[in-house]
Amino acid sequence: MSGNAAATTASYRVTDMSEGTLYDKVWEEHTVSELPTGQTQLFCGLHLIHEVTSPQAFGMLQERDLEVAYPNRTHATVDHIVPTSDQSRPFRDDAAEEMMAELEQNVRDAGINFSDPTSGEQGIVHVIGPEKGLTQPGMTIVCGDSHTSTHGAFGALAFGIGTSQIRDVLATQTVAMEKKKVRKIEVTGELGPGVEAKDVILEIIRRLGTEGGVGYVYEYAGEAIENLDMEGRMSICNMSIEGGARAGYVNPDETTYDWLKETEYFQENPERFDELKPYWESIRSDEDAEYDDVVTIDGSELEPVVTWGTTPGQGVGITQPIPAPEDLPEEKQDTARMAQEHMGVTPGETMEGYEIDVAFLGSCTNARMPDLRRAAGVVEGRQVADDVRAMVVPGSQRVKAAAEAEGLDEIFTEAGFEWREAGCSMCLGMNEDQLEGDEASASSSNRNFIGRQGSKDGRTVLMNPRMVAAAAVTGHVTDVRELKEVSVA
Amino acid sequence: MTDEIPEIDSASGSGVPIRGNDIDTDQIIPARFMKVVTFDGLGEFAFFDQRYDENDEPKEHPMNEPQFQDAAIMVVNANFGCGSSREHAPQALMRWGIDAIIGESFAEIFAGNCLALGIPTVTADHETVTELQDWVDEHPDADIDVDVENETVTYGETTVDVTVDDAQRKALTEGVWDTTALMKSNADAVAEKAASLPYVDD
Repeated sequence: MSGNAAATTASYRVTDMSEGTLYDKVWEEHTVSELPTGQTQLFCGLHLIHEVTSPQAFGMLQERDLEVAYPNRTHATVDHIVPTSDQSRPFRDDAAEEMMAELEQNVRDAGINFSDPTSGEQGIVHVIGPEKGLTQPGMTIVCGDSHTSTHGAFGALAFGIGTSQIRDVLATQTVAMEKKKVRKIEVTGELGPGVEAKDVILEIIRRLGTEGGVGYVYEYAGEAIENLDMEGRMSICNMSIEGGARAGYVNPDETTYDWLKETEYFQENPERFDELKPYWESIRSDEDAEYDDVVTIDGSELEPVVTWGTTPGQGVGITQPIPAPEDLPEEKQDTARMAQEHMGVTPGETMEGYEIDVAFLGSCTNARMPDLRRAAGVVEGRQVADDVRAMVVPGSQRVKAAAEAEGLDEIFTEAGFEWREAGCSMCLGMNEDQLEGDEASASSSNRNFIGRQGSKDGRTVLMNPRMVAAAAVTGHVTDVRELKEVSVA
Repeated sequence: MTDEIPEIDSASGSGVPIRGNDIDTDQIIPARFMKVVTFDGLGEFAFFDQRYDENDEPKEHPMNEPQFQDAAIMVVNANFGCGSSREHAPQALMRWGIDAIIGESFAEIFAGNCLALGIPTVTADHETVTELQDWVDEHPDADIDVDVENETVTYGETTVDVTVDDAQRKALTEGVWDTTALMKSNADAVAEKAASLPYVDD
């Protein structure tokens, strides 16, 4: 450690803190000073920005006559408002065009690299950061987006921040933060056929609650996590925030390093790989690291999980009955009653057979190559059910190109799916891709909040990508393991 | 920057109760109202889909009721502000007139965003909060005093203990909740830190 005079372990406010975890190490490595509030001033190794939460921050900088301190450690993309049909300029939606133009102006003035739609590398911020090799183990990463936790899959400490904090990071490349506790979530055993990373995280949130992670960062570990590919780890870390945790991470390992080697940065700078690997190894949690809490989940018992309600914690195994509100803890009962009324579901029944109008395969949770491949495997040789609107929105232009190179686009379009351009799309309904009226969607995204997908009467059922594909072809929520002649190994 | 950051020792005003757990930021400010490049004017869209039907006709909601129009203190339940990191959510509440929020618990990014705007988010247990919500219904015009420094809330003849996160309390009461200038003053240490990190090659 060098240049780190201001912070001492002794001054941390919480006494029974974790020790020797990746979180502790990366935190210490990036500590610049201790602020008068007791918060830590933390250096941000990478600042990702997009069009929705950054313009006001640039405005604040201008008001204060400040400049972007580290443009080279900042990277921009456009994802939330970008149309996924016709991306020609100006965008049809004037508000979207204004936001795009504002971002273009801001990045040009500040000298920030921008993966715009003409670059061939535009996409959802949490897809392109890893793809380009910007996301690396042992980094601190911030972005004005709660799903920044995604990047923790690489052993980075990645936090979503608000716009005033974006202003701080633009002006100083640092952020004021309080240190959190660390909960290790160990997922043991082997996941069964048809069970994916998405099911693991939905189950974790179901068990620990949407606020169970408040005050914590989650470390995901155990055989079932270690056996996941990087995309699966990203799906899990992505939804840490839905469980209330400030961040989530997986310790980097050979799976991580193999993936990193293929990214743009390390393809262009292969010598950096060997230079950095010792650092990556050094920040892994120690064998005898101390945690503030440990939770163990038997991964071999899991089945595909779908949500029955309007928070990501209201999930249930596909063969399990929807819980009666009165069987839930008291503080969950009112929310459950309102959710069941909104969704029109009946306690005691399973979600199997719940009719859908829309199938959405996309979002920063599940729109990467393995997600699309698995879904295509279900779709191949089948047709989207009558009256179901089904769409695939790849996570990035590179994912889209790679999928097209494999012919996945043809599998989807022949089955009746729309094959769209990259963006956030119907995950949050900020472009024209929205539910209408009380339409129900089978969605590979991360939030089933009321109104989330663009219609306040819309109904969202969260599930893994193969389950979305299965729902698209049957027209209702379906246990993909029961679909005939489909390999789910 | 010469602007003084105000010290916020307390907040007071009449209350408005917003009941329910897990109220997410998509409810507080629906995404379609975020297609803007400034925060100006967000106040009228706070809780829009809870407050208005598809024809923009007002629905039954505390923020539509005349007796709560001047409220400055919002009283909420558990896990308020979960979901998206959008600062548009506290910006909308602030621009509607909210100066402080009392709740059972807050999602962390939301609480951080409130702090960055100088809005205290103080917590108390379920019973204390529901009693206060009921009291506000009965006394919509009466003041609630949120004492950030001493971690109490006073309403009517009642004073209850509440919790203010240590860093939040210090930041608010010492006027260091806007951290830009403070952190900018450490620019040399930041540069040194950057140079010490193995992955920084620029």
